[in-house]
Amino acid sequence: MTMPKPDPSAPAIQIRGLGKWFGAFKVLDGIDLTVERGEKLVICGPSGSGKSTLIRTVNGLESIQEGEIRVDGIRLTRQPETVEAIRRRVGMVFQQFNLFPHLTVLENCALALRLVQGMAPKEAEERSMHYLRKVHIPDQARKYAAQLSGGQQQRVAIARALAMQPDIMLFDEPTSSLDPEMVKEVLDTMVELAGEGMTMAVVTHEMGFARQVADRVIFMDHGKIVEEASPETFFSAPRAERARAFLQQILH
Amino acid sequence: MQYADNIDYPPLLTRPAVFLPGLAVLFVLLYLWHVGATAIGGGILEVLGLAGTGQADLVVAAVITAVAALNLMVVLRLELRWQVWVVWAELAALILLFFYSFDLSFDFIRRKLPFLITQGLLTTIYISAISIAIASVLAMIGAVAKLSSNGIAIGIANFYTSLFRGLPLLMQIYLIYLGLPQLGYVVDAVPAGIAALSLCYGAYMTEIFRAGIESIPKGQWEASRALGLKPQSTMGRIILPQAMRIIIPPTGNQFIAMLKDSSLVSVVGVWELMYLARTQGQTEFRHVEMMITASMIYWILSIVLELVQARIERHYNRASTR
Repeated sequence: MTMPKPDPSAPAIQIRGLGKWFGAFKVLDGIDLTVERGEKLVICGPSGSGKSTLIRTVNGLESIQEGEIRVDGIRLTRQPETVEAIRRRVGMVFQQFNLFPHLTVLENCALALRLVQGMAPKEAEERSMHYLRKVHIPDQARKYAAQLSGGQQQRVAIARALAMQPDIMLFDEPTSSLDPEMVKEVLDTMVELAGEGMTMAVVTHEMGFARQVADRVIFMDHGKIVEEASPETFFSAPRAERARAFLQQILH
Repeated sequence: MQYADNIDYPPLLTRPAVFLPGLAVLFVLLYLWHVGATAIGGGILEVLGLAGTGQADLVVAAVITAVAALNLMVVLRLELRWQVWVVWAELAALILLFFYSFDLSFDFIRRKLPFLITQGLLTTIYISAISIAIASVLAMIGAVAKLSSNGIAIGIANFYTSLFRGLPLLMQIYLIYLGLPQLGYVVDAVPAGIAALSLCYGAYMTEIFRAGIESIPKGQWEASRALGLKPQSTMGRIILPQAMRIIIPPTGNQFIAMLKDSSLVSVVGVWELMYLARTQGQTEFRHVEMMITASMIYWILSIVLELVQARIERHYNRASTR
């Protein structure tokens, strides 16, 4: 089988009738969601609502049992070719950073360029340095992850994902395990990225970020999308009772 | 000390409640064991010019107790690093003194040592080194098989570790050397020994490698997958290099154990160190000389392996130390 071809007119992410169980528990239930190219989507909801699981299904880190997912028009199956094609187009940033602790910052960024894209070492280093400058930590390139602060580590993780030059970036609670004073530096990096037109799906509770950047906010509860609105509407007049209660909890 | 607290508890041996009764117990035990009648006791009395005294036990016990007390007081004042070295050297000296008390013929050892080294030691190193290399490869394959989602691979790997950890190594050597010819394959003694050692230690090390790989957090796999790394790259470039930190110390143990278990190969007539130690001593009834010499050679080899292990551990720890 050859590499599946992307469809340039298709939306960035298209999810239809998505369902997923963890054992007898249905974590995702009939999700329909389209993310247009260049769109910034913020996903929020209480813990256990399935929001992280949802974005982890997009690049195949979680299996699905119902429905379908298309990324740039490529339908996600369990075939290696489609999963590889989709992972090439999708970058991901995790709550726990997940940097490779045995590699330097520069090697963290360059490794996949060399192994996945077959880039020459020198070229991979140059590309990595470019993205490290973009997240404002080129001077840390020779250090190991354990020598950096949490905020710096997360910015390296962003640079590592960006170096692969994806079309879409997924953020899974990128600031949730950071000390308060480091949240801003990571959010600033993400705002810059949004300004450059990157398609972004962000699971976060940072409502300031959502207001500033999001084109659309979706609120999830019990594996379903309960509310879908522009940030202005969502924050000023949420329709769903559950969303109102949630907003009261986190905004005060 | 990695986890030392910031409290200076008085060292156990500096507490009078421990130090003085400890010395008293040492003195009483030495006296009750008639230390004056031992070779060491005799030596001490001779040095003091008191040979033939009626109170030999009392004098020797007192001398040894006094030396121990003085020694402790000196060692306790040293820096930790020096304490370790001095204690190590003293214990080594005691062991050598113990061997010396056997009244060994050093002339005999000197005559036999070159052959023990050129034939015995070299064979031992040769067998161990090849077995270690093959066992590591087998362990890697076994661990990856056990963690795979391939039922056939898991079945083979489970059976392999069960069988080769379950049978005595000696049996495995016999089975390969004497059993395989039944199937029409005649194996020489050295290849048979290498095969048995490799298979047996590969089985133990499979479990070490598996535990090491499993200890790496799931997030490392997920980050690798999200970046598009293939399973082989993820294992080879991300998981294993990190797992090495956990795999190395118990693997070092296995290598040292294997070095000495290579002596079992002598049962099929391989002229390795232990075989020569047994046969060379027979001619002149100097068994003890050869056994002790061989033991010392094994010990030195183990120390070399320990040093190598420490170096490798430092290498894989470099990212976690500032």
